[in-house]
Amino acid sequence: MPNATVTRDQPGPTAPPSKRRSRRLRTVFGRQPLGIGLAAPYAVFLAAVFAYPLGLAVWISFHDYFFAAPGAQVSRPFVGLDNYKTALSDPAVRRSFLNVVEFLVINVPLTVVLSLVLATALNGAIRGRSFLRVAYYVPYVSASVAVVAVWLFLFSGDGMVNKLLGPLAPDPSWLVNSGLAMPVIAIFVTWKQLGFFILLYLAALQNVSKELYEAASVDGAGKFRSFMSVTVPGVRPATTLVVILATITGANLFTEPYLLTNGGGPDGASTSPVFVMYQKGIEQGSPDVASAIGVILVIGVLVISLINRRLLERD
Amino acid sequence: MSRIRSWPRIVVLVIGAIVFLFPFYYMVIGSLQATPDTSIAGAIPIHGVTLNNYAQINERVDLLRSLTNSGIFTGGVLLFTVVFGVLAGYALARLHFRGRGSLFGLMLLVQVVPFQLLIIPLYVMIVRNYGLADSYMGMILPFAINSTAVFIFRQFFLALPEDLFAAARIDGASELRILWSIGLPLVRPALLTATLIAFIGPWNEFLWPFLVTKDANLQPLAVSLANYISNIAGRAANPYGAILAGAVVLAAPAVALFVAFQKHFTSSELGSGVKG
Repeated sequence: MPNATVTRDQPGPTAPPSKRRSRRLRTVFGRQPLGIGLAAPYAVFLAAVFAYPLGLAVWISFHDYFFAAPGAQVSRPFVGLDNYKTALSDPAVRRSFLNVVEFLVINVPLTVVLSLVLATALNGAIRGRSFLRVAYYVPYVSASVAVVAVWLFLFSGDGMVNKLLGPLAPDPSWLVNSGLAMPVIAIFVTWKQLGFFILLYLAALQNVSKELYEAASVDGAGKFRSFMSVTVPGVRPATTLVVILATITGANLFTEPYLLTNGGGPDGASTSPVFVMYQKGIEQGSPDVASAIGVILVIGVLVISLINRRLLERD
Repeated sequence: MSRIRSWPRIVVLVIGAIVFLFPFYYMVIGSLQATPDTSIAGAIPIHGVTLNNYAQINERVDLLRSLTNSGIFTGGVLLFTVVFGVLAGYALARLHFRGRGSLFGLMLLVQVVPFQLLIIPLYVMIVRNYGLADSYMGMILPFAINSTAVFIFRQFFLALPEDLFAAARIDGASELRILWSIGLPLVRPALLTATLIAFIGPWNEFLWPFLVTKDANLQPLAVSLANYISNIAGRAANPYGAILAGAVVLAAPAVALFVAFQKHFTSSELGSGVKG
C-alpha cells in the first residue's frame, strides 16, 4: 500500500512506461487489482446462484413458463400480470398468505420478548452460564426434521402433552385441529430459533452502558423499571434486526407444514406460501405461478422490513 | 445488574433450560423404548430399554449411506466456504479494488432475501438446464459459499491492525504471502466460528436436497428421514421409536460439535460478525 501511495503522489510523464501502465491498470481495477482475483470466485458464485436466479424468478413470473426437455425450442410468451392474477385468485394461495400472517403475529412478538428476557437474565456473571447458553441454542443447531419428529410425538393425539393436560386436551388434537395447527407451528419455530436471537441480544447488551443502569438505580428504579427504560431502548437496533430476521424465517416456512402437519393440514389450515410454491411449481408443473407467489412474498417481506425500520428507529 | 444471587432470574433461566432441553431428552428416551409410553412416567424409563428402534430405522433408511451423503454435502460446502470465503473475506477487508463496494452490498442483500424464494429458478437452472439432479454437485451448488461465513472472515480481517500489513508489504511480501503467513494465523478463531455456522446450513437443510435427489442412495439423512416420516412410518411396528432413533442420529453430530466448540459460538464471536 505505501508503494501505491508513492506512485499516486508522483504524477506526470516522468514515470517510466512500465509504471505508467501499472497506474492505468490501477485506475481501471483499483489500487490492488489482486483483490478482484481473490474475490472473483465468490462474486461469480453470488451472480450465478443469487443474482441471476432472482432475475430469472421475476422473468418467469411474467411469462407463460413450463418445464420442457433440455434443449427443446419452446415459446414462452409474455403474459403480463396473468400469473399474479392466477395466484391471487386461488383460495389456496390466499389461505397460505393469511396463514403466514397468523404465524408472524404469534411468532415475532413472542420471539422478541422471550429472547430479550432470556438474554437479559443470562447476561452477567451467573453460575452455569455456559451450560445455559449451550442449552438455549441446541434447538437452533439441530435439524428441523429431527426436532419435528419429537414434536410429532409430544403433540400427537395420545402424546405426552395431551396426557399432561388430561381433560383439558384439545379435541381434535393439536396438529389436526384447524385452529391450533398454525399456532403450534409458530411456537415450534419460536422455540427452535430462540437461541440464535438470544445470542444477538447478548451481543447487543454488551453495548448498553453500565452507567445508565447505575443512574437508573440511583434514581430509585427497580429491576423491571430499569429493564423497560434502559435495556429495551438500548437494544433497539438489535430488535429491528431480530424482527426482520424472524420475518424472513417465517416467510421461508416449509419443513414444518410439510412434516409437522402432514402437508399443511388440516384442510390447508397450516400451508405456507413456500409450501404452495412447491406444490404449484414442482408437483403441478406451473413454475410461472409459483414464481409469482415468490415475488409477492419477497415484496411482502421487504415492505414489512421497511415499516419495521420506520417504527422501531424513530425517536 | 450482575449480582450472583437473584432468584427470579435463576428460576427464569432454569425453566428456559428445561423447555429447551426436554424435547431432546425425550427424543433419546423415545428412541430407546420398545413400545411408545406417552404417560408422564414414561419419561423416566426403567424397563424395556432397547436398541431395536435403531435397527428398525436402519432397515428402512440406510443410516450409514445417508450419513455419508450428509457428510459429502456438508463437507463440500465447508471446503468451498473456507477456501473461497477466506479469499473473498480478505479481499473485502484489506484490498482496494474496483467493485468492492458492490460486492459487499450484494453480500448483505443475500442475507435478507429468503433462499426458499429462489427455489423455482434454481430448480429450473440446476435440475432442468444443467441436469444436476441426483448429484452431489447439484446439492452443494446453491450453498457452496456461505455468505455469513464470508462476512465473519471480513470482520476479523478488518479488525487486524493495518501496521501489520503495511510492515509486511514494505518487507516485500506478496499479498498472497501476507494472507497465508500473517492474516490466516491471526483469524484462526474466525475459521472455527465460520465453519460451525457453515456446517449447520447443509447438515440440517431439507427442502433443497429433497427437491434435487429422488435417488434414495444419494439422499442426505434429513431427506431420507423426512421421507420415512411422511411415507413409511404408518406401516412400522413402533413408528415413533424408529423415527426418534433416526432423529437422534441426525441431531447428534451437530449438537456434539456445538457442545465441543461452544467457546467459538458466543455472542462476542458472532457479535463481531453481526455488527457491521
